[in-house]
Amino acid sequence: MRRFADLYWRLDGTTSITEKVQALRDYFAAAHPDDAACALAVLGGARQSRAVPLPLLRRQAAAVAGIPAWLLEECYAQTGDLAETLALVLPPSDRLPPPDDPGPPSVTGDLGLAGHVARLAGLRGQKDEEVIGRFLVDTWRVLAPRERIVWHKLLTGGCRVGVSRSLLARALADLAGVDPATMIARLVARAPLDGAAFTRLLDATDAGPDGLRPYPFFLAAPLDGPVEALGPRSDWQAEWKWDGIRAQLVQRDGAVAVWTRGEDLATEAFPEIALAAAGLPTGTVLDGELLAVRGGHLLGFAPLQRRSGRRRVTRPLLVEVPCVFVAYDIVEADGEDLRALALTARRARMERVLSAVGAEPAAFLPPGATAPAGGPTATLWISPEVPGVGWDDLAARRVESRQRGVEGLILKRRDSPYGSGRTRGDWWKWKIEPLEIDAVLLYAQSGHGRRAALHTDYTLGVWHEGRLVTVAKAYSGLSDTEIVEVDRIVRATTRERHGPVRIVEPSLVFQIAFEGVAPSTRHKAGLALRFPRIVRWRRDKGIADAGGLADLARLCRPPLEVVP
Amino acid sequence: MRQVPCRRGPAAAGAAAWLRGRPGMSDLLEVTESGLYCAAGDFHIDPWRRVPRAVITHAHADHARPGCDRYLCAAPGKLVLRTRLGPGATIDSLRRGESLSINGVRVSLVPAGHVLGSAQVRLEHRGVVWVVTGDYKMAADPTCDPFEPVEADVLVTESTFGLPIYRWPDPAEVAAEINAWWRANQEAGHASILFAYALGKAQRLAALVDPTIGPIVAHGAVAKLVRAYRDSGVRLPPIDGVPAGARSVGHGRALVIAPPSAAGSRWLRLFGEASTAAASGWMMLRGVRRRRGFDRGFVLSDHADFPGLVAAVEASRARRVLVTHGSTEAFARFLRERGLDATVLPTRFTGEAPPDVGADGGDDVGELEAGAADEPPVVEGAHGDGARSVEPVP
Ligand SMILES: [Zn+2]
Repeated sequence: MRRFADLYWRLDGTTSITEKVQALRDYFAAAHPDDAACALAVLGGARQSRAVPLPLLRRQAAAVAGIPAWLLEECYAQTGDLAETLALVLPPSDRLPPPDDPGPPSVTGDLGLAGHVARLAGLRGQKDEEVIGRFLVDTWRVLAPRERIVWHKLLTGGCRVGVSRSLLARALADLAGVDPATMIARLVARAPLDGAAFTRLLDATDAGPDGLRPYPFFLAAPLDGPVEALGPRSDWQAEWKWDGIRAQLVQRDGAVAVWTRGEDLATEAFPEIALAAAGLPTGTVLDGELLAVRGGHLLGFAPLQRRSGRRRVTRPLLVEVPCVFVAYDIVEADGEDLRALALTARRARMERVLSAVGAEPAAFLPPGATAPAGGPTATLWISPEVPGVGWDDLAARRVESRQRGVEGLILKRRDSPYGSGRTRGDWWKWKIEPLEIDAVLLYAQSGHGRRAALHTDYTLGVWHEGRLVTVAKAYSGLSDTEIVEVDRIVRATTRERHGPVRIVEPSLVFQIAFEGVAPSTRHKAGLALRFPRIVRWRRDKGIADAGGLADLARLCRPPLEVVP
Repeated sequence: MRQVPCRRGPAAAGAAAWLRGRPGMSDLLEVTESGLYCAAGDFHIDPWRRVPRAVITHAHADHARPGCDRYLCAAPGKLVLRTRLGPGATIDSLRRGESLSINGVRVSLVPAGHVLGSAQVRLEHRGVVWVVTGDYKMAADPTCDPFEPVEADVLVTESTFGLPIYRWPDPAEVAAEINAWWRANQEAGHASILFAYALGKAQRLAALVDPTIGPIVAHGAVAKLVRAYRDSGVRLPPIDGVPAGARSVGHGRALVIAPPSAAGSRWLRLFGEASTAAASGWMMLRGVRRRRGFDRGFVLSDHADFPGLVAAVEASRARRVLVTHGSTEAFARFLRERGLDATVLPTRFTGEAPPDVGADGGDDVGELEAGAADEPPVVEGAHGDGARSVEPVP
């Protein structure tokens, strides 16, 4: 555990990518393979299920620290991090009170990360509070304060320290003597679950089964200049920018996988897509978008999230939120990597493959109040080209985006290969401008991590029948100086406090941008904004100038059944 | 819990009144528009506006504001206060053990251990004793007299770090960490830039680190106060200023002590490649450390940590405690649950403090808010006027 804690603090203490990679490399080179496999999972963001109920953990920590429970909560409100709070209030090992029960301690010495994780797993399902309490005190006794934060993070379910998969891959690739892309592929294909698997991961000569691994997603960059600067319109292929989840469908030897961006395997979440993909010829990898579509109507992004977040999908949800895959590229056909081919050639190949299984160009109706029964039920679609002779023509089509339920256009250079990562210049997203409204700050909550000591999470409201109702929670998009100023006002105008949340006297107006409005049960207003973010602080506006709920209700897709 | 002798004077009825923000008639101190005021003696303590007579706990910017007709401070801090207020200020001082009667209120000043010349103000009137701690710390500090507990009927205490997450490490351990960081930077050929509040923390650091490692260089704002400390008889290791016209300084070997307001300034380019760090109590919090974006954060405060605050309150044997600055509400409630009559002293610094977020990032909340204006422009070099010609190294 000491070694992993060292790594944690090294990663935490630097912003330099090189130093982070070096720290990871040092750790993986020195750690026991079991610990290393475990660290890989933990750093990769694997969620530990919570072994100890949080209220019990807090109670026990407060008791051991000799402070009242409310004071622990005050501390938590100040740090914004429970793991850290507990570590800071607990006395060092030699000053911990002796256990009530004089039996032998359940742990001694340095267990190592894997040992601690296994120990936590062993506690799962334990209901006896005395056993859990003893477990906690015994562990605190063997951990130095700097190790405790890390252990608390394992205990409370997450230990992320800003290490991306690609950073991990760089460090491991360096250690294994292979290139980072190969390492990413290995990590995606088979996350090492134990020390033996970790050792194999580092074996430079291990070709291993490619299995169902996807290709690194090629990403479009936001268009930041005038579209005319791209050159002749005829060099570019235009498509709608679908408002869904980016995904690759892989079919090899009859087995299928659905990968979403970020290399997450989502096959179980989209069984109907997997079923359709099974009908593709072997050795096919399609790149496209997952969309929720019922009866030819787009359902919008929110329902899609209900699907993507799950391991297992229930039958009713499958009927309520059916999903489709709209393909816009093919990166492998007949087992052959097509990425070096020009887009035009790949597109022709994709259309051939998909036409053979009966797929047609996608034409969906925007989110409507009622999606009619009947309508097309196909699962695989081809993303059509958006016509338009010149850029002006295309700009006119782009204006239709919101009505169509898409986010704008994607422009792809016709002679470009399928690149990797975010290489700029070949794929551009030309999104429509966001929607905006002025809203009033109603609640503020302290941030986490870097901004723990400041109130940076804002809940905002708009007017409805003479009252302000909440419609969005947005993280601050303000400058550091403004954040400090807002923080001070929040503290000075607090009406009530509920733990880390402060209800403030409404006085501050912020201009917020958002991508859409969807019905919601979370906010009293009955709707919620998609991707709300603060554009600027409107010091020039009073709360009376803020927008109204009716303005938002009009934009809601699908429309609200009862307009508030 | 320790038995506290019940010695509630005539002032005791005031607690509820404080809570309502209306001072009781019999309280020796009350909060006015100008700050903490003693009506019986007709003087203010650490006023935030110009008043005829100000008793000053210490020279930090939010405690010692210019423009008052007459100041009273502890003798060891007179020079430092003069440096802050300028040659025109009328400053009286009291030595340890001395007292002064102001309109029948007996005033004495007791070391608070916060910075050079910092004092707790002890007031005695008609047999009732009030003590205003000002800022204080219990930890060892070679640059000032240590905190001395004073018994009081009513204690007005600060609570900047009034939460149990704040427990300071041993300053000697922190010094060892700083020395190790400085050495490692030297090996890499990098300067070590340490941000610390210009008055108190900077001098304490200079006295704590190992001066044999390399040269210690001070920013102009720090150097001015180093001189005041030396002239007051505090022994400090050799500290270099930055000569006028210098184009580079230290050759990657120096420890540079600068106020946080100098972070990101062109002045720092004089030192070439550098590692940055801050020394403050707020560095206890990971979020603050990360937010400030320095390479390192050292936990070193000139305030009492939570156990220190509790110890000071206990040692005062005060039955009634008024809490000001920082985590006031939590600390007052904590004391109430231990049987004390503790309330929050309403001041213009509302509620708890935003830790270390202001441009000046000192240890002291008030200084965060008020201190920046007190610092000289950042391009100014160590030797006052002469250094204005220093050109930033391109
Ligand atoms: Zn101070």
